[in-house]
Amino acid sequence: MTSTAQAEQTPFAFFTVAYLTKIGNQCARTLNDFLNGLEECSDSSIFHHTFQTLGSHHFLTEGFSNDFAQWVLASANRDELAEQLAALDIRDYLSIAELRNDLKREVSGYCTQHPNYAAQEALEPFYFCESVEVTEPLGLIANDLREFREGIARLSHASFYFHFISSRLRLHLRTNDFSMWLENSLGLDRLANNVNRIDVYTNTLDSARASLVRLIELEERKA
Amino acid sequence: MTATQIVNRIPLEEYAPLLGEPEVAEMRALARPLRGKRVQMVNSTKVGGGVAEILNRLIPLAEELEIDIQWDVLQGGPDFFEVTKAFHNALHGSAYASNGQDFTIFREYNRRNFDLVRQDAEFTIIHDPQPAGLIEARRDKAGHWIWRCHIDLSHPNSAVWGFLQPYVAQFDGAIFSSPEFSRQLPVPQYLFYPSIDPLSEKNRELDEEFISSVLKKFAIDPERPILTQISRFDRLKDPVGVIRAYRIVKRYFDCQLVLAGGGASDDPEGAIVLDEVRKEAGGDPDIHILELPAWAPLEVNALQRASTVVIQKSLREGFGLTVAEALWKRKPVVASAVGGIPTQVIHKHTGLLAHSVEGTAYQIRFLLSHPEIAKRLGEQGHKHVKENFLITQNLKNYLVLMLSLSRGI
Repeated sequence: MTSTAQAEQTPFAFFTVAYLTKIGNQCARTLNDFLNGLEECSDSSIFHHTFQTLGSHHFLTEGFSNDFAQWVLASANRDELAEQLAALDIRDYLSIAELRNDLKREVSGYCTQHPNYAAQEALEPFYFCESVEVTEPLGLIANDLREFREGIARLSHASFYFHFISSRLRLHLRTNDFSMWLENSLGLDRLANNVNRIDVYTNTLDSARASLVRLIELEERKA
Repeated sequence: MTATQIVNRIPLEEYAPLLGEPEVAEMRALARPLRGKRVQMVNSTKVGGGVAEILNRLIPLAEELEIDIQWDVLQGGPDFFEVTKAFHNALHGSAYASNGQDFTIFREYNRRNFDLVRQDAEFTIIHDPQPAGLIEARRDKAGHWIWRCHIDLSHPNSAVWGFLQPYVAQFDGAIFSSPEFSRQLPVPQYLFYPSIDPLSEKNRELDEEFISSVLKKFAIDPERPILTQISRFDRLKDPVGVIRAYRIVKRYFDCQLVLAGGGASDDPEGAIVLDEVRKEAGGDPDIHILELPAWAPLEVNALQRASTVVIQKSLREGFGLTVAEALWKRKPVVASAVGGIPTQVIHKHTGLLAHSVEGTAYQIRFLLSHPEIAKRLGEQGHKHVKENFLITQNLKNYLVLMLSLSRGI
């Protein structure tokens, strides 16, 4: 455990994030169009339909993964491809470029194998949108584990999402702000690892937060 | 000019039990850098209509967050509103025949209202086409001007849109309710979903006694399943298709159908559709066709809350906020996959989508056979609305827009 003095040098500052949705000028009516869209859309569009959508639909824990998979399932009616797209776990990606490549590879492979389906018109078009991110400090600081736990309990969904999910892209590491701080400032490597293992796909943000608080309480009891 | 005064104010704190304290605290944090910023909202009516309803709620909330916000209403004569009504219909895709003076009348009334513009505002939000011409009162490109379009522009009449587009192109951005409604414009376009107010009479919690009294008033049996579609009597809402779906369901379940809506008394086509609906119902005592006055929000609320399944079998739809209303009340919804409905009803997650009479009937039967699944869909639907389609989210969108514009993001 790191000393209090060390922890005080690097307090955890809680932020929140909010997204403005910008309507892009691309729209896909077929899987072929969709593939073109994936190639040409901005990074913030890929982010919007994958990372950001996980935040705005966090209460769904079964089968909903990203907007792309959902459109392929519900509008293009291609279950197999939808499953492949839904299986892409955003925690595996440290950059949007890598995620885009995998999305393109899945769709392109399917279109090559099924050219008839690739040209078929979907029930509803897919509109590529983008996220504009605005962050703001909450004015909430944690200097030790207790303050950290209390702060976590007071976070909005967006704030929790910002530190726990979208932080990967910011950090370019397979971790999150919480685990980073627990490890680097408090020296709690094991707790940091356990926190990082919380599954964001099978948990809602509320239940992920509850798991995190439970892990911290266990750690506090050990101390 | 006097800014529009709002009498009925609901403080932000009253939303906290519904949203959670952290969400309200977050709103305050986002508003902090905007304290004291001057904002002007302009629309064309202070009462009646969805925009006035939204502004009546938004303005006091923004004031509470210490934003210096002012709401002004464009003043127009009957000739102006006749023109803008024709524009409204044409922008929705109806035929449009200009009398030659329309564009002049529009320009003239907008010019007469130039004094309305608060030149010191940092953010000016102009709602809908009526006051769009006020952009020409902007001096030296000062402040940020945004056009908020609440209407469906997916199939606009080219003459009317061709006239309005040059005005819209002078703004710094435009907000639409659906990506489908956006147009090719040289300015950034933003997406703000329409929203409902959970504390309004149409959506607030009701006591069981009141709900029972409404069912009794309309002779609806509370002991048997109730299928409900709330919408005006319009062919695009396919009320006849709803009756046909109900008849299929009726073979398997002893259910009732409620078709409730207004719009028949002051709309000649509505009266014709209502007649068609009555004919299709053929005197079935379990089909309740209720022609409600334009404002019967508590009755609509009670009918939605009493329903076993809520239907929205539209053939074409703008956004379809009645779906969000039903989802907020934790009701399982079966709806058509058109317009803004799939955004609200995520198939198999927050409700069920259908594409035909038979499909609608099948999904209703499925829900009646699996009440536990119906309950789960209703719960998830409620969370979806809470996260994405409440008036507080709308306020948050405006805060984020203003923050991003002021930071040049």
